Amino acid sequence: MPKKISILIVDDESSVRDSLYNWFIEDGFHVAVAEDAKIALTILESESFDIVLSDIKMPGMDGLQMLSRIKAIKKDAIVIMMTAFATVETAVQALKDGAFDYVTKPFDPDDLSHLIRNATKQISLMEENEILKDKVVSLENVEDLIGESAAIQNVLREIESVAQSNASVIITGESGTGKELVARAIHANSPRKFFPLVSVHCGALSESLLESELFGHEKGAFTGAIYNRKGRFEMADNGTIFLDEIATISSKMQIELLRVLESKSFVRVGGNKEIKSDFRVICATNRDLKTMVENGAFREDLYYRLNVVNINVPPLRERIDDIPLLAEYFIKKYCTTMNRHLMTIEPAALKRLEQFPFPGNIRELENMIERAIVVGNGKKITLKDLPIGKTDSSPAFESLGDIEKNHVLQILNKYEWNISATAKALQVDRVTLYNKIKKYNLKHTN
Amino acid sequence: MKPEKIKIISFGYFEKKYLGEILHEIEHVFSIPVVIREGHLDLSEFFDPARKQYDANKLLKEIETNYAPARKKTIGIFNVDLFIPILTFIYGQAFLNGTCGIASAYRLTNERYGLKPDVKVFVDRLRKEVIHELGHTFGLYHCTNPVCVMRSSTYVEDIDQKSWAFCGKCREELKRSLS
Repeated sequence: MPKKISILIVDDESSVRDSLYNWFIEDGFHVAVAEDAKIALTILESESFDIVLSDIKMPGMDGLQMLSRIKAIKKDAIVIMMTAFATVETAVQALKDGAFDYVTKPFDPDDLSHLIRNATKQISLMEENEILKDKVVSLENVEDLIGESAAIQNVLREIESVAQSNASVIITGESGTGKELVARAIHANSPRKFFPLVSVHCGALSESLLESELFGHEKGAFTGAIYNRKGRFEMADNGTIFLDEIATISSKMQIELLRVLESKSFVRVGGNKEIKSDFRVICATNRDLKTMVENGAFREDLYYRLNVVNINVPPLRERIDDIPLLAEYFIKKYCTTMNRHLMTIEPAALKRLEQFPFPGNIRELENMIERAIVVGNGKKITLKDLPIGKTDSSPAFESLGDIEKNHVLQILNKYEWNISATAKALQVDRVTLYNKIKKYNLKHTN
Repeated sequence: MKPEKIKIISFGYFEKKYLGEILHEIEHVFSIPVVIREGHLDLSEFFDPARKQYDANKLLKEIETNYAPARKKTIGIFNVDLFIPILTFIYGQAFLNGTCGIASAYRLTNERYGLKPDVKVFVDRLRKEVIHELGHTFGLYHCTNPVCVMRSSTYVEDIDQKSWAFCGKCREELKRSLS
C-alpha cells in the first residue's frame, strides 16, 4: 500500500487554512495546519512532513524566512509558496531559496491538483532513488565475490559490517584468494565510494620507488624527476588506499607509513610543503604478520595501527562448494572475452576440479578455465582440457600427511562438519576422525 | 451508523423534475430513503463582491447549523457560483464523515461553456456531484479509479468522464461506514 503523503499548511488566514485542510483531507492526505511560521517550525521539529504549503506574507517571520530555516534543516524538503500579491521578485527569491513551486492565490482547482501531483511525483522519485542506491550498493557487494559457501558468506558479512566505518582493515589470505576484490568491495560499499580507490602493490616496488609512489615527488628530487608528481596518498584523498603485500615493505618505509597514518599528512620526496590527505587504509598480505611482529620483522605499532579489523579470505580448498559457481563465472567471462559461444563443463571435469586442492586458489582455477577454453573444442570443457586431468600431472601434495589432511578437510566441509556423516564417508570411526582433526589442527571456518 | 434519511434541499429555483430524476439513483447507491425539500436563504449574506461569487465555507456552515440534523445526511443544492478562499471556484464540498455537504449546479450546464443546452447531460452531472458530496459525508476520500464517482473533478469534462456509481473499493468503504 502506498505511503500516505503528509502536508503541513502554513497560513495566517483561518479561512485559507480550513479550505486547504478540507480539500486535502478529501484527497486522503495526512494534513496539519499552522497559523504562523514559528508554530510551523515547532511542528516540523517533532514531525516530518512530505510537503509544506506556506503563505509568504505572514506576521512575524515571513514565508521566505521560514523556507530558509526549513531548507537548513532538511535540504530536500518540498516547500510550495503561496501568495495573494505576486511579484516577480518574490517568485524568483522563493525559487532561488529552494522552493519547489510558487503559486498565486486563489488558484484554479486543477492547478492545485497538478501542483500536488508534481510534488508527490518528486517525493516518489526521491524515494525510488534511495531504494535504487541501496540496490546498487548490494549489487556491488556481490559482483565479483562469487560463492554461496558459508566461508565466503561470512566474508561478505564482515565486508558489510566494516564498510561504513573508517577503520583500517588488514585482509589476510593465501595468494590468489581474491584479497583485492575484498578491498574493492569494502570501498564500493563505503561512504568514500565516490572518491578513488588507489592500489599500490608494495611487493613490486623497490624502497625508493615505493617512497616516490606513495608520497609523490617534486621536480628535480632525483635524476629523471622532470615534473612534480602526486603520490598515491594524495590521489586517495577522500577515498581509500589499498596497500597490497604490506609485509614486504622495508623497516624505513614502515616508519614512514606509521607517521603518515598517524598525522594524515606527508611531504613529497624532494619537497618541503606539508600535504594533508584524508584516506582510509586497507592492506593485504599472504604472510602471518603477527609472527613477523614476534620475529621483529614488522613493527608492532604499525601492525596495531593497521589491524583494526582483520578479514581472512579462505583458500579455495575450504570452499569447494563454490567451485561450480566460480567455474561457470570464469567460463562466461572468457567465452565473452574471446568472442566464443557459451561453453559448458562436463560433470567429470567439474568433479575433478572439485577434488583438486588448488594451491594457487581462485587465480589458478581462473587460469585453468581460460586455458581449457583456448584448447577446448568450443562446446564443452572436458577432462582432457584440464591440465590436472592428465595422469602424468605432478601431484599437488607430496607428503602423505598433507594429502590426508586435505582430504579429511574436504570431506568435513562437504558434510558441513557433521562428524558422523564425515566418519561414515571416510570409513573410519568417530574417535579416529576426532584424532585426525586434532592432529592436523583442522578448524571449522564458519 | 446508517442514517435514517438523505435530505436534499434546493435553494433557489430548480425545476422539480430534475431533482426527481436524481432521487432514484441516490436511493439506489446508498440504500437509504431520500427526501427532497425546498429551502429559503438570503444568499446576499454569502456573496463576496470582490470575487462576485458565493462563499462555500460560510454556506456549508449555515447548512450544518440550521438544516442538518444529526441522524440524517443533508445536501444543499445551489444555483450560484461557489468559491473557497484558496480556489477560483468549486463544484461542491462536504464535511468528511459529517452530516452535510453542498453542491452547485451553476457550472454544470453546457451553456456556461458556449455549448448547446443538454438537460440530460446537466442532470447526469448534478447526480454525480450530489452522490460525490454525500460520499464524503460517509467518510469516503477521493478515489483514483477514473470511473468512480468519488474521483476528484476539477473540470466539468472530468465529471462527464466518471460514472455515478462507486468503484468496488469505495463501495466496500461505504458498506463499512453504513454498518
